[in-house]
Amino acid sequence: MSNTVIRVENLSKQYRLGELGTGTISHDLNRWWNKVRGKEDPYLKIGEVNDRTTKATSEYAWALQDINFEVKQGEVLGIIGKNGAGKSTLLKLLSRVTAPTTGTIKAKGRIASLLEVGTGFHEELTGRENVFLNGAIMGMSKAEIRSKFDEIVAFSGTERYIDTPVKRYSSGMRVRLAFAVAAHLEPEILIVDEVLAVGDAEFQKKAIGKMQDVSRGDGRTVLFVSHNMAAVQALCTNGLILKNGTVDNFGEINKMINHYIDDNGNVDKTFKEWQQGSGPGNSQIELTSVSIVDENFQRKEQFYLDEKIFISIKFRINEPGLKINFSLSLYGKGEEYILSSPSINDPLYRVPLDRGIYEAICIIPSSLFNEGTFYLSILLVNNQNRIITQLDKILSITYIDDGKNRGNYFGHWSGLIRPNLCWNTKKINF
Amino acid sequence: MKEQDEDWTMVIKPSSGLFDLQLKEVWRYRDLLQMFVRRDFVAVYKQTILGPIWFFLQPLFTTITFTIVFGKIAGMSTNGVPPLLFYMAGIVGWNYFAECLNTTSTTFIQNANIFGKVYFPRLIMPLSIIVSNLLKFGVQLILFLVLLGYYIIRGADVQPNIYLLLVPFLVLLMAGLGLGFGMLISAMTTKYRDLKFLVGFGVQLAMYASPVIYPLSTLPEKYKIYIAANPMSGIIEAFRFAFLGSGTLNWNYLIYSTLFTLVIFILGVITFNKVEKSFMDTV
Repeated sequence: MSNTVIRVENLSKQYRLGELGTGTISHDLNRWWNKVRGKEDPYLKIGEVNDRTTKATSEYAWALQDINFEVKQGEVLGIIGKNGAGKSTLLKLLSRVTAPTTGTIKAKGRIASLLEVGTGFHEELTGRENVFLNGAIMGMSKAEIRSKFDEIVAFSGTERYIDTPVKRYSSGMRVRLAFAVAAHLEPEILIVDEVLAVGDAEFQKKAIGKMQDVSRGDGRTVLFVSHNMAAVQALCTNGLILKNGTVDNFGEINKMINHYIDDNGNVDKTFKEWQQGSGPGNSQIELTSVSIVDENFQRKEQFYLDEKIFISIKFRINEPGLKINFSLSLYGKGEEYILSSPSINDPLYRVPLDRGIYEAICIIPSSLFNEGTFYLSILLVNNQNRIITQLDKILSITYIDDGKNRGNYFGHWSGLIRPNLCWNTKKINF
Repeated sequence: MKEQDEDWTMVIKPSSGLFDLQLKEVWRYRDLLQMFVRRDFVAVYKQTILGPIWFFLQPLFTTITFTIVFGKIAGMSTNGVPPLLFYMAGIVGWNYFAECLNTTSTTFIQNANIFGKVYFPRLIMPLSIIVSNLLKFGVQLILFLVLLGYYIIRGADVQPNIYLLLVPFLVLLMAGLGLGFGMLISAMTTKYRDLKFLVGFGVQLAMYASPVIYPLSTLPEKYKIYIAANPMSGIIEAFRFAFLGSGTLNWNYLIYSTLFTLVIFILGVITFNKVEKSFMDTV
């Protein structure tokens, strides 16, 4: 089956930056005047690559620019990209919430989106009434909802509260009910955006299972947007990487995830180098560079959980006989102090050193940390336990979960560290 | 590949024709319209003690106030009709129009939340407002009819007449006018919020420039033309004439109102349709 169900051609979307108000009327009039004279829209031309980190030079920005791709029936397409890459805009265009500026999207069959489920839930109405309302908003007919009502309620696990106003529901219950409605929509094309972030583990499993049924069992197409690489890898067949509003890459999902992880957009946090004479230290010792590299001594921004990480510290000894050692500290994203590791087992620990350039390497073993970003501080100490220099959070390491060692669980994995502990079950009695 | 190109069931393009209303889509979503009406009706008076009785109380108290202020204190003429009946006929009619206009005019802003997440034909929203207000109007009309029946038994000088057949058409005009204005304003407020402020008191003021609180016949000739310029004037007059047999039924006014309604309605639909596709970017 190589039946194309979605074709996106030259799709672009432009947004106006800044505040709407003064100037809007004049722009509108100018636009209209150009149109009357048969000229091009003057504001469509200005615009540049949408990079959020740099300040824009014009008032208009392209959230998406010239997007082209195709999705075949039964495919699960993972849409990956950093915040601001245009993922949400693309989904909004696909779900017809807003219209493209240029280009077309062609589709076969009904597109339903789970862009934040529970849309249109009315606080005062009961769960039952909301199932009907929400279902109708999503495009189901009353008869359709009625025939699936019991299934929906059973799936959501809210039987007991179905005749209670939704305002008395917990947020988890609300999401479950909403997702249950959406999951029973049976559209030909389903758009799912970050729903996995909510709900408990049991429910997430149900939800993922439902998505898999939808694509594998019924040959329907799913577009899936998530920051959770593990879920993306497990569910998707193909991937689309968006970067600054353009298609960065498109193809088989594993290749795409590798490409995305390898794409080190921000080197600053994995590498720091100093010119001679300006490095931290004193007259006797001076650091020349610090960097984070993988086994092949390649600098990377993101690492898989089961990769070893090498921290390299290069320094120059200007005065022979100096005895020093390093100490490494790691912090979590929320400033949690995780560990410190002095170089006690280093053969050159507080051993007098000759003049010259040295490299100290510290290895962080694989499968130690959980996914997320960690900050690294380096301490340089002399043999009188005096601090020569202290570099606070100078480097950062970002771990990404590639989906290994997860079993069937795709939800959020808590904890700062994630070593594989030893498990063994034996039968000890009959 | 060529033959495949023809069976796309949906094509999303930057913009479509002015009159591409996608009525087929609207029809497909008719169940949603019903749900919205139900929601509006059920949800409004949940957790109130009097519940749906509020539907009666609001026009009743307005009528009583008008009777006291304009009838008794100001001593304005009601053409010999019992003041309660006179004012209530005007208020019930005017309320339908005003409510339609007021609620429709906030369609986009009020529903930005839903519209920003799912697609359904946006036209469903104003249509559902018209229908739920129609139900409300129906309830209030019953109250009016009860009052009318009471006065007829008491032998008051009111003659419901053959022109009652015109009432459904009058209701249609009021709905069309409210919907048209409402859609026009709602489409424009997505960009220019100024209009929001205008609508609130504009509708209020327009009521005084219509024969809700006075019969058109008592006006001096030189003012009549201005009041008659209000497209609601002819409708309210005809509405009252049908039920009470007082005042005049001026066909010219009615034709004017009909034409006016048509123009506003078409204008409203066009603007609404144009804005609905991209309003999420400006709202």
